[in-house]
Parts: sequence; structure tokens; C-alpha cells
Amino acid sequence: MTEVIQVSDLEQGYGKTVVLKDINLTVNSGEILALIGPSGAGKTTLVSTIMGMLKPMKGQVTVLDIPMPNRQLLAKIGFMAQTDALYESLTASENLMFFGSMQGISRKALKEKIPYAANIVNLVPDLKKYVKDYSGGMKRRLSLAIALVSDPEILILDEPTVGIDPELRQQIWNELHKLANAGRTILLTTHVMEDAEEADDVMMIRNGAAIAQGTPKQLITEYGVKSIEEVFLAAGRQQDAHTHND
Amino acid sequence: MRILTMIKRILTEMLRDKRTLALMFIAPLFILSLLYFLFQSNTDQTAALGVRNVDTTLVKAVNNKHVKIHQISSDKSAETIIRDHDYAGVLSQNGDHLTLTLQNSDQSKTAILKQSLQKGQIELKSKAARTVIKTQAKALKKMQVALAAVTRQMGRAGNGRQVAQPAAGKQLKAAPSYTVTTHYLYGSSNSTYFNTLLPILIGFVVFFFVFLISGIALLRERTTGTLNRLLATPIKRGEVIMGYLSGYGIFALIQTLLVVLFTIYVFNIQILGNIWNIFLINILLAVVALTLGLLISTFASSEFQMVQFIPIVVIPQIFFSGIIPVNQMADWLQPVAKIMPLYYGAQSMSDVIQKGATIGDIAPSLGILLIFVVVFLVLNMLSMRHYRQV
Repeated sequence: MTEVIQVSDLEQGYGKTVVLKDINLTVNSGEILALIGPSGAGKTTLVSTIMGMLKPMKGQVTVLDIPMPNRQLLAKIGFMAQTDALYESLTASENLMFFGSMQGISRKALKEKIPYAANIVNLVPDLKKYVKDYSGGMKRRLSLAIALVSDPEILILDEPTVGIDPELRQQIWNELHKLANAGRTILLTTHVMEDAEEADDVMMIRNGAAIAQGTPKQLITEYGVKSIEEVFLAAGRQQDAHTHND
Repeated sequence: MRILTMIKRILTEMLRDKRTLALMFIAPLFILSLLYFLFQSNTDQTAALGVRNVDTTLVKAVNNKHVKIHQISSDKSAETIIRDHDYAGVLSQNGDHLTLTLQNSDQSKTAILKQSLQKGQIELKSKAARTVIKTQAKALKKMQVALAAVTRQMGRAGNGRQVAQPAAGKQLKAAPSYTVTTHYLYGSSNSTYFNTLLPILIGFVVFFFVFLISGIALLRERTTGTLNRLLATPIKRGEVIMGYLSGYGIFALIQTLLVVLFTIYVFNIQILGNIWNIFLINILLAVVALTLGLLISTFASSEFQMVQFIPIVVIPQIFFSGIIPVNQMADWLQPVAKIMPLYYGAQSMSDVIQKGATIGDIAPSLGILLIFVVVFLVLNMLSMRHYRQV
């Protein structure tokens, strides 16, 4: 197993505000890491830093042993943003075609990959529809399909399961496991605890700091509780107690 | 490759957005046509003139299609008459003395009356002169006939001729009848303010609409997050900007051609210079507007804010575009014009259309417009850094 994403001693923020501090994480190839935490915890900032959209204020981020930010490396990352960034006046397949070729995939290859990506998210019958006629959940699925269409080595998904029904969520997770087994590396953010239980590794973020890290099973035994949700609550209490002591 | 895909996407999006398309292509023509008719009606303006005790010959001379004559018989003062009947002026005569009282609330009507009165007087004078000449010519002929008879009669004593002829010659010189032919360097006697304004207006309309539409289009891309998403792909920042520039540039180009052709063929505008120079100026102006629109959209966070930039970015450019002659402005104000892209565009448009300037004459202005393009492009590149640092 090789280390695909490595973040060491990262401190990140905007201007003088510090959003993230002392973040260390490693994602190996074929692994799924879930970043879990309440909104405003700094998950999206961490994702943006790993993508190289932001330069680290302190510390280092390397992806495939190359320090980020690096533009060329983005071709190997399939990204799903937290907000559905789609062209509403284009059809779903036109959106897939556009972002696919921006990712550097030839039109010919895309013609085969679009049905594959659309199939994972159950959008094949709606490919010819305009995105403006899509429901919120359909847009979310299309965003995921865009991340998958280039068949990338690394998947970075920001809140991929928001607005997706349980049945489809299960289907998407099956596909993500399949991709991971095939050697793809996946990093996703979520605030749904069920998602965290599906991941190989979990990193809990609260108020810009990592409060717990490990496999879901490890964490549950470590904290002596029954679910990931309780781990999060216990770790949160510990963090608060710690800050009060300071 | 990526740029081509971006262009294709922008074209597809634009062609599906019928309202924006209509705004882009019909609105400029609508504005220009409206202005055309507004300035046209000016030539048909008439001023009402009340006349009291004025010689009928003078009244006839003053009367033209811009003056409506009303005979007055009452003894009220000219002021009262003007107020009661809303005349533009009252002309009264007392012996040889003429008094013109003007309402002067509309200066263009005042000008019409003053001009008509002046023209009338000149006409009368030249008419009088012509009558004098005619009678003199008649007298001269008579004299010549008489003289010839006399000469024949007194073949031996021919002194009379030498006395009569110089006298007639002197009188001829004293009352010459001038006919004036006026030549116009540009336009004709039918020229209105519109003709002077038009070259500036074409430039302005092209600038304004390209600025607005490109600015709002990129703004939409920023607010919906698609720009961020786009920059999460390995596309270069320069490719993004070139993609926008070429995609919206195609529409700007079509719009420019449409505006220029419309004004030339529908308004039947005379162009002294080369029409290709006009296209060149406007295309360059459109590119400046495009890059400026893209840049300004960085500072706006909504369409509403983008519209708020119009009074700051666009309106001052109109003032300094030549509608008010820049060289008549206060000295400290004149340099302000020099930082306005529209100033250079409108100046060279006027020069080409009205003075027949060649490409060599307008080259310095075109060069400055190019500098604007480069500066705005660099600033755009820098502002993209905000979204992705590599």
C-alpha cells in the first residue's frame, strides 16, 4: 500500500483567521477516508487545501508524492464540490462532456464513460434533460457522476450523500467500495454518521482540530461506546474539557 | 482543445438564452433608432411668431417652414401677448425700427426666430439690390440705345458717350448681387446634431452592451460555483480567460457588425474613411469592454451589484467620449478623458467617419486601446489567483 494523500502539521486559514490547526492525515491507495464533523468545522477548507486551491499556511500537503498546489495533478483527481456547480442551461450529458474534456479526457473516451458514470448514480434515463429541470437530489448525483466520469485515481468528494435517498446511498457506497478495491483512493466529507461507518478510516474534525482518528471499529472500542455517533460526542466533550483546562 | 470546448459551451449556453440574445442584438439597434428619431424631429421644429404693423414684404421674407406667423391687432404689450398665446416671439415695427421680443424658454426656437429674421432682412436687401440693378440695367439699355442714336446723329460731335458710360459703370459696382453657395466638408445642409453624435454613439453602444453581458455572464459563473469547479480541473487560468474572451468575443463581434451595418445602411450615414477601419475600432473597443466586464465582475457579488457599477464605470465614459468637446473642458479635467477607453474609441470613430482619417492617423488611439486590453487581461489573470493559486 502506498501513501497517496499525506497531510502533515497543516495549519490553514484565511487572512488572520485560523480555520485548521495541527492536521495530520494519510490516505493509502485503495482506502476510503471519511472526514466527519459539524458544518463550519473546516472540512471544506481541508479538502480545498488537499486539492491545491489554497496554499497551506504552515505544514505540507503531498498527493502522489508531489507537493500541492500542483495544477497537472488535478487531472488525476475526481472532485465533487459541496455546492452543485452545474451549467443549468445544458443537459446532463453536456455537463458530463464539458467537465470530462476539461479533465483532459478525449471526446471518444467520454462517449463510453458517460453511460458508465451515469449508471452508478441512476441518471441514464435523464441524461438528455436540462439540468434546470433536475431536482436537488438529481443535481447531487450528477455532480458525483462528473467526479467519476474521468475514472480518476483519486476521488475527493465533499458531502456526496446529501439529499440522496437511502437506497441510492447504499448503491453509491457499493460502487465506492468496488472502486477502492480496484486501488482507487477516496477521501470524502460527511456529517452523516452512517457514512463514517462505511469508511475504512475516520477522522473527526471539530472547531478546526482533529479530535479522533482511526478505523471505525478501533474508535468504538477505544471510547468504549456503541456507535460512531457516540465516539464523536465523547471526543467532543474531551476537546471541550481540554480547552477549559488551558 | 480546452479553449475550444469552453467556446462551444458558451455558444450553446448563449444560443439557449433567448432573452439575453435578444437584449444583445436588438437593444443596441433600438437605442440607436430611438436617438435617430429624437434628433430628427429637431429639424421640423416650428416657432410661433406674432407680428404687429410689420411690412408685408418683410413678413413674407421672414416666413419659412420653421416659422408660423400670427398677425396681431391688439395693443397689448408684447410680453402679455407672448404669455397669452405662448408665442416664441413678437415682432413689431415702428417706422423703420423693428423690435423683436423673445420668450426664450426654448433656445432652439429663439435661434430659429433670430435666424429667420436675419435671413429675411438679407433677402429683402438683396431683392432691393436686384431691383436696383434691373432698373439700372433697363436705364442703361435705354441710354445705350439713345446714345447710339445720338452717335449716329452727331457722327461729327461724339463727346456724349464719354460722359454717360463711366456714370453707369459706377452705379453697377455700387450694388452687386451676391449669390452664396455653401459647401459642407462633411454632411449636408440636412445634417443634424445626430450626425456629429453618431460615431460616438456607435462606439458607446458597442462598449456598453458588451461590457454588461460579458460581466454578468462571468458573474453567474462565479456565483453558481462553476468557475470554482472549472478550476478544480487541470485547466490553466489563462485558458479560462481566453475561453471567455473568445466565446463572448464571437457574440461581441456579431453585435458590432450588426450595429455598424445598421447605422450605415439604415440611417444612410456618409462615411469619409474606410469602413474596415470602423470595424477595427469597434472590435477593439468591444474587446476592451469584454476584458473590463470580466474584471469588474470580480468585484461584484451579485447581478445587482454589477448593475451598480454602470454609473461608475460606464456613465463617466460618455461624458468624456466627445459628446462634450474635451478640449473645451477645464485644464485639470482634460487628463481624465485620457484614462477612458471610450474616449480613444469615439475620437477615432469621429475621425474616420467625418474626417476620413486613415489607419495611420488612428493607429496611436488603436495602440492605446490595445494597451487597455493587455492591462485588463493581466488584472484578470491576477484576480483568478483568488480562486486557485496555481
